[in-house]
Amino acid sequence: MSKRRPYVRPMGGWWKKNPFFVEYMVHEGTALFVAAYAVTLLVGLVRLGQGEAAWNGWLEAMKSPLSIVFHLVLLVAIAYHAITWFKLFPLTMPPMVVNGKRLEPNVVVGGGWTAAVVVALGLLAVVWRIAQ
Amino acid sequence: MSTMKVRKRSNAPIFWGLFGAGGMLAALFGPMLVFITGIAVPLALLLPADTMSYPKMLAFAQNFIGKAFIFAIIALFMWHAAHRIYHSLHEIGIHAGMFAKLLCYGSALVCTVISAVVLLGLGF
Amino acid sequence: MSESQKIIEIEVLRYNPESDKEPHREVYKVPFSDDMSVLQGAQYIKDNFDGSLTFRWSCRMAICGSCGMMINGIPKLSCETFLRDYYPNRISIEAMAHFPIEKDLVVDLSGFIEKLESIQPYIIPREARTLEQGEYIQSPAQFNEYIQFTSCINCTLCYAACPQFGLNPDFIGPAAMALLHRYNMDSRDGGAEQRMQLVTSEEGVFNCSAVGYCSEVCPKHVDPGNAVNINKINAAKDYFLRFLSPKGGSK
Ligand code: SF4
Ligand code: FES
Repeated sequence: MSKRRPYVRPMGGWWKKNPFFVEYMVHEGTALFVAAYAVTLLVGLVRLGQGEAAWNGWLEAMKSPLSIVFHLVLLVAIAYHAITWFKLFPLTMPPMVVNGKRLEPNVVVGGGWTAAVVVALGLLAVVWRIAQ
Repeated sequence: MSTMKVRKRSNAPIFWGLFGAGGMLAALFGPMLVFITGIAVPLALLLPADTMSYPKMLAFAQNFIGKAFIFAIIALFMWHAAHRIYHSLHEIGIHAGMFAKLLCYGSALVCTVISAVVLLGLGF
Repeated sequence: MSESQKIIEIEVLRYNPESDKEPHREVYKVPFSDDMSVLQGAQYIKDNFDGSLTFRWSCRMAICGSCGMMINGIPKLSCETFLRDYYPNRISIEAMAHFPIEKDLVVDLSGFIEKLESIQPYIIPREARTLEQGEYIQSPAQFNEYIQFTSCINCTLCYAACPQFGLNPDFIGPAAMALLHRYNMDSRDGGAEQRMQLVTSEEGVFNCSAVGYCSEVCPKHVDPGNAVNINKINAAKDYFLRFLSPKGGSK
């Protein structure tokens, strides 16, 4: 009879055991804030559909100190999502080849961050333009 | 050599695709959108005070591009978040299975449908 | 032993399947010199304190891939990790995470071996060739497409680093995917379509949530995580485009 009795260690709390995993959980956790923001926008959209008074009510609610604080938190969390999203590009994307040479990982990440800043400023410019 | 297991195809590409698209949008537009809608406009910083006034927002939501933008932001943000949250639940040991799946992806679906209905209702 | 002999405490996760219900920790005081690896520390324990301590090793030079263990919780090759870097603190060693412990520091790798087989780790020729047609010609550029993925030494540290493998032992995992990708990327190989069934399956690449620690711990810079993630894109293409092409993919 076999004397083998392989022991399987439990996985509970695995993500607390290594700083690398803790960071992973934090950037995964930004999803909660992305969802919260999407729901905020959805409420706004529904209010918009209900007419001017409802929409103005939503705009007013967005001015409350609580809402401002909430959005500051959202801003930090979603910015962290953006930073880590591009930071993972060397892992998640096929190697990018320019002139027959593979781009260094930090060039790829830097490119992603630059693109994000450009798009964000572009968005601000478009909104500013429309608002005039 | 024909002993290869027949394997079940995973339907993950659908959810993974939505997750990726939403994650990309959130990374590119998320921070600035939060700043505009949640901080700049309410505090009248940088942008004109009436940037998000009723007529302006209505016009934006009735414009084809505006509609598509609002829809993509709300729906894809939700699908992105749902996918990550579902996986995180599994990872921290909450294997609620079908229930967690329904809760996560179900909310994303509900939000998608509501935003589509409202946007269509606002007309063109 | 001279007065100045340095002594490091090594805490070992011991498990004897014949007598232990579960693993327990034991601490050994090991005299060491600056050139001693963690593997040599374990050998010292085996030679001087407890001959039953069980662990794998062979080359002592980071190429056979058999000496992996968790060193202070991090998957490492014990032959290229040095005691001096941990002294004067206690060092803890444990069998590679996520694998079943067979005895002490030895894990059960049979699942991994099956996975290696399942990816069809050999060139499946694109076309039948006769001897008269001569050798395959491969350009340096074509060679560069896959060379990185040939460096794997099957140490399975990447599996010990992968929580998704820990959560689902059926997940094909980083090193097997890196090897699969190595053959798919080889210009002589035409087996990508056959291998796709595995890639797109429930055991396949979508178990990965891009933690990325596998690539971090890989001692040979194979970047197995990148192989997994590139194949998510390939699998998604296969998923959506299969309706356009008559063959390909699993059912
Ligand atoms: S990919 Fe790297 S870590 Fe994984 S088995 Fe191969 S050499 Fe080891
Ligand atoms: S003993 Fe061969 S890799 Fe360490």
